[in-house]
Amino acid sequence: MSASTPTNQLFLDPTIVAARPAAATGKPMLKLTDIEKIYQTKTIETVALNRVNLTIGKGEFVSIMGPSGCGKSTLLSIMGLLDEPSSGQVEIDGRPVTSYSDKELANLRNQKIGFVFQSYHLINDLSVLDNVELPLLYRSGVSGKERRQRAHAALDKVGLSARTNHFPSQLSGGQRQRVAIARALAGNPEIILADEPTGNLDSVMGEEIMDLLLGLNRQDGVTIVMVTHDEQQALKTERVIRFFDGSQVS
Amino acid sequence: MLLSYLKIAWKVLLRRKFFTFISLFGISFTLMVLLVVVALFDHTVGAHAPESRLDRMLFANFMRVKYKDGGNMNTPPSYHVLDKYVRTLKTPEKVAIYSNFHATPSYVGNNRIDLDLKYTDQVFWEILNFTFREGKPFGKAEVQGAARVAVINQTTARKYFGTDKGVVGRTIEVNQTNYRVTGVVDDVPVMRISSYADVWVPISTSSDDLHKVQLDGDYAAIILAKSAADIPAVQAEFNQVMKRIPLTDPKNMAYLAMYADQLLASFSRQLMYTPDNQAGSDGLGSLYAILSGLALLFMLLPALNLVNINVSRIMERSSEIGVRKAFGATGGTLVGQFLVENVFLTLIGGLLGLLMAYVALQLISGADILAYAHFELSWRIFAWALLVTLFFGILSGVYPALRMSRLHPAQALKGR
Repeated sequence: MSASTPTNQLFLDPTIVAARPAAATGKPMLKLTDIEKIYQTKTIETVALNRVNLTIGKGEFVSIMGPSGCGKSTLLSIMGLLDEPSSGQVEIDGRPVTSYSDKELANLRNQKIGFVFQSYHLINDLSVLDNVELPLLYRSGVSGKERRQRAHAALDKVGLSARTNHFPSQLSGGQRQRVAIARALAGNPEIILADEPTGNLDSVMGEEIMDLLLGLNRQDGVTIVMVTHDEQQALKTERVIRFFDGSQVS
Repeated sequence: MLLSYLKIAWKVLLRRKFFTFISLFGISFTLMVLLVVVALFDHTVGAHAPESRLDRMLFANFMRVKYKDGGNMNTPPSYHVLDKYVRTLKTPEKVAIYSNFHATPSYVGNNRIDLDLKYTDQVFWEILNFTFREGKPFGKAEVQGAARVAVINQTTARKYFGTDKGVVGRTIEVNQTNYRVTGVVDDVPVMRISSYADVWVPISTSSDDLHKVQLDGDYAAIILAKSAADIPAVQAEFNQVMKRIPLTDPKNMAYLAMYADQLLASFSRQLMYTPDNQAGSDGLGSLYAILSGLALLFMLLPALNLVNINVSRIMERSSEIGVRKAFGATGGTLVGQFLVENVFLTLIGGLLGLLMAYVALQLISGADILAYAHFELSWRIFAWALLVTLFFGILSGVYPALRMSRLHPAQALKGR
């Protein structure tokens, strides 16, 4: 759906960012309103996110940048319903999820969202194929046969169909990340949230992974939000959002 | 999904071999001890031949006489008491009277062998289902006529005659008295104290003065009720009749108490006896409570150990938990997964325990610690083992599983 070239427009005013039309369809896929995340210990209150307003359009590829500890990963966790904001509202595909139960959140994650992590988070005890099948395992009405087929298709897409019976420990870092991307794809999600997907990889492998993500976005219209430290990679995406100390600065 | 869980469970077991060994050892050793105890218990109080109609049997083998000065006399009753007051009960179908067994010398050539001798009446053979390898029991005529006849067990036949075949009609000398063998029966284990002996002879051949009026003696009675449902009626009549037994020394004696109990209750009444318990609780409830309490405590230790190991294992697997949650697993699904894994682990432990119990029981049977004991693992015990194992698996899995399912996905992914 989206075939736009990276624009890397920087918006100083968050409201302008929120108002920016989504790249492909104009409909917001992810909308954060007044999101705050405060970590409270007995003595210290740490503000991880400070009134963040952000809209990601359907089919957009957005990268989030900022120094370590600025709240990027927390933001991604909140977008992915892995963490709850202290206040504010998250909307996924037009539905506010504030009042969702754990089960409903789990279901929404399963249907809509795929995750790619810096440290891959593959289950070492399971084969590549079993790892990729994981999201389908929690989806009702998918037969074992269908799971296999879809997992094979996802592995095919990332070019690892020859490694289905290997275990994660037998693969290189780049291959592992490709398995992780295949896993994120297997459930056919509308959103992929990638937390420093190339952070543990050398530049060549990082490029490969980046190309893979770009392909998914441009050919399949998957909305992608990627946290990265790599300016070059960020520049390849449609939009770069910068964070500093829990606040969006551009 | 189940297959995927089992795959993971198996991998997790292999990953930490030492922990797995400790967990499995804890489970299987505990289970082995429990199974051996259950097998011994079943062997002692289960319905096995010759006491196969246990549900209809009551045992009166113990009398307590309370003295006015506070003293007690705990004793088996006399033949007189049993013959006059128990044999004449109206409600039972049959009443058998027999003596306790005593080691009695006998000689094979110049070698002395001690044989356990029991005096019985003919009803004894009617109530109990002995398996006669040959011959038959002695009957009413032999008992009334104090005939010198004997039923012997297979081992005695082999020891004394060198064979257990064709010995009916031959003579065995026990306690310097010659008895003609009328029958050879299968060995009865010594734990079945009511039916066990090496040699059974008519009660009338005893040198005791059977009809002497006294309370204490060396005898016991087995009462066969017409049906299991009839047991309370028999006990009620028994209790009524006991009240009519005159005290032989009313000046010093306060009262006497004797009960007709089913087999296990006949043990528990003596074990659980409290001096004030004149009303006569058989203590069976307390015995069961104590035994199950002990069993539970015994299982609790390895279960707690498992809980501990499981909790630390979960922390190792927090990344997996985070990933599963991220991709749509609910807390409930994860609890299910973890319980399946844990039950799988405990079932392996259970299977090992069963195997160890089998070996242990073979060793105990083979070591001849208890005469003629032959322990077997029955389906009933297997079912017990399965139940106990599942209990283990669930008991030790629930808490860690709940803890795991409550981990927040974002935190789990960070490994916290």
